[in-house]
Amino acid sequence: MTIERAVSPAQRAIQVLGDDLTETTLKRYLEGIPGIDAVGLEQRAAGLGTRSIKTTSKAWALDRIIELIDLTTLEGADTPGKVRSLVAKALLPDPSDLSTPRVAAVCVYGDMVPYAVEALGAAHSAGTDEGVNVAAVATAFPSGRASLAVKLADTADAVAAGADEIDMVIDRGAFLSGRFGQVFDEIVAVKEACRRADGSYAHLKVILETGELNTYDNVRRASWLAILAGGDFIKTSTGKVAPAATLPVTLSMLEVVRDWHRLTGEKIGVKPAGGIRSSKDAIKYVVTVAETVGEEWLQPHLFRFGASSLLNDVLLQRQKMKSGHYSGADYVTID
Amino acid sequence: MTFLEYAPAPESTAILNLKPEYGLFIGNEFVAAEGESFSTISPATEKEIARVANASAADVDRAVAAARKAYDKTWSKLSGRDRGKYLFRIARLVQERARELAVAESLDNGKPIKESRDVDVPLVAAWFFYYAGWADKLDYAGLGGNPRSLGVAAQVIPWNFPLLMLAWKIAPALAAGNTVVLKPAETTPLTALLFAEIVQQADLPAGVVNIITGAGETGRALVNHPDVDKVAFTGSTEVGRQIARSTAGSGKKVTLELGGKAANIVFDDAPIDQAVEGIVNGIFFNQGHVCCAGSRLLVQENIHDDVVERLKNRLSTLRLGDPLDKNTDIGAINSAEQLQRIRELSDIGEAEGAERWTAECAIPENGFWFAPTIFDNVSTSSRIAREEIFGPVLSVLTFRTPAEAIAKANNTPYGLSAGIWSDKGSRILAVADKLRAGVIWANTFNRFDPASPFGGYKESGYGREGGRHGLAAYLKGAK
Repeated sequence: MTIERAVSPAQRAIQVLGDDLTETTLKRYLEGIPGIDAVGLEQRAAGLGTRSIKTTSKAWALDRIIELIDLTTLEGADTPGKVRSLVAKALLPDPSDLSTPRVAAVCVYGDMVPYAVEALGAAHSAGTDEGVNVAAVATAFPSGRASLAVKLADTADAVAAGADEIDMVIDRGAFLSGRFGQVFDEIVAVKEACRRADGSYAHLKVILETGELNTYDNVRRASWLAILAGGDFIKTSTGKVAPAATLPVTLSMLEVVRDWHRLTGEKIGVKPAGGIRSSKDAIKYVVTVAETVGEEWLQPHLFRFGASSLLNDVLLQRQKMKSGHYSGADYVTID
Repeated sequence: MTFLEYAPAPESTAILNLKPEYGLFIGNEFVAAEGESFSTISPATEKEIARVANASAADVDRAVAAARKAYDKTWSKLSGRDRGKYLFRIARLVQERARELAVAESLDNGKPIKESRDVDVPLVAAWFFYYAGWADKLDYAGLGGNPRSLGVAAQVIPWNFPLLMLAWKIAPALAAGNTVVLKPAETTPLTALLFAEIVQQADLPAGVVNIITGAGETGRALVNHPDVDKVAFTGSTEVGRQIARSTAGSGKKVTLELGGKAANIVFDDAPIDQAVEGIVNGIFFNQGHVCCAGSRLLVQENIHDDVVERLKNRLSTLRLGDPLDKNTDIGAINSAEQLQRIRELSDIGEAEGAERWTAECAIPENGFWFAPTIFDNVSTSSRIAREEIFGPVLSVLTFRTPAEAIAKANNTPYGLSAGIWSDKGSRILAVADKLRAGVIWANTFNRFDPASPFGGYKESGYGREGGRHGLAAYLKGAK
């Protein structure tokens, strides 16, 4: 199998691998990347997790975490009402404290995009830097088991409905059986499906589903592959498979992003998703980002948390920092 | 303010309940010494923490006599199971007072609290637990049935891991049925004195553990005392040589754990990010005050530039400062004297043509500090590639083939430890087989475990500490 060439988002692969881009050259490149020692990686992640973030640093981190959240609902039972409620929460996370920042985006299934856009109204960023984005999961999320045509239609549909960001899943089956070219081509094709009528693109987050890739070496290869194919963000998980985001997995992806930046000067985003529920955990991620790729990554176009319950824990911590005492679950809104 | 300037997160010293002055711990009591007391200071602030006694030759006599009496009357007569009970009790008390011990260690030594809290003190407890378990199983120590203890052990320990070195010495000695007189280093006596309180709390029979403070003179009197059966020393090769000379022919059993100039070998197929972490941990852990520190980085020539660049980036994130701040990575150099030595050798390195690079970091006004430093393009003949610097200074050398790596790694008068970084298991085993070093780490560095023997080749000393082998230093066969 050969890889599609000449499509613009694959420019990165051509830039790094040269003009004769084939599955063989891609495979050789990915397999030539230095390995990861699991014990060492986990040790480093644990070390970063012991940073003690207090007082002013903690206050800053809590606010920034809110600004980095993709507030998510991805249930079969989702309804327009549920999505409207989620959007309301995104715009006004804590009605008792109007200084609370807004989240970065709401993340929903493709068919819910019109309701999210409508509910956001003027607060929808719609391609600008101001406001809240709408992210849609696509490409037969979460399993990705559908034909390419269906995946592309799924993507185009969400973009047409006004999604600013597309969270696609890679074909893990193809990746694990060594068909890197197929995974690559799909990402390139989905990236093209993100193109809007005016020629601009919805941001593409590529979900690796690290829990199914199993090894850190696989995670690293998949991260490189997703970046080479044109992903704007690499994302750990769908949240539907355990384990979802872990600190070592996220650290290994951040290291790829750092190396890509060293190589090309280009900044790629990272999104851990699933399983991050407490402020304490989220702060560990913030520390890991700052100490691995640098503080400039702590902004919504370069780092996101995919989470739903995290927001309320951050709000509780925020209230505690202001009042000096803990309130309780009934002092933050369910959604 | 940027996020990375983390707000201060100091560990409180309120947990400490220090006395203004400490005597000598002899026969389970603190007693006054004959000599003039001296002060122990915090190397981060140069402020006095407490006054400690300076043991004279007569004081050493008293301590050895107390240990002899305890050996003859009680400890040698106790069953292994009962000795084990005491050791388990000590281990649990160390855990109970862990935070206090960690704070005292960081205060007195200058090492970051995250290291004393997460490495030193947990290992101290682990060492006592481990050897507590051996106390009633000495028949399986490898010396045949019913091995016998030696008697009174004189133990002199260094300032780099004050409490941990105490545990390495005292735990196996007591498990094997010996009594001890231990002298901590003059710059770091504090945790040994707190340990004396733990000995009291554990209700150990009087005289089994005696702790005397003082400088070199006290140490000399102790190891040369005629009623001592065993000498265990950890410290510089120079002092180790003196001890070897003075104890020769005395019938004393001697173990020496001395200096090192470990090679950390990075092959081009290494897991590169973890290798960089390992290099950092190898030489900047405990400000490089580690005898087994990976002070010579041997990196394969084809990845040299990449590794050095990654290393510099990583070092730029290290945080130097208040040892008691929970986010500090690099603490204070233990003494003005040591700082002087590090500066001297670094200047020599520069003068000999190596390329010096120092991480940018603010150096506090008071106290003793040395920013993490790398010397690149170091030649094998350079003094900074030969001599132990015992500070946060890394010498970078290159090699082309595994054979050259092995030859360069072994080309040192020392032989304490070495590290190998490669994703290829067969290469690790083949290279490890040819390295002459007591401890070899593969894809990690500076990892310690009570079950693993530790010790050196050549000028790094003789005898092993830790594991079953560590018991042999304190036992003899039944004959």
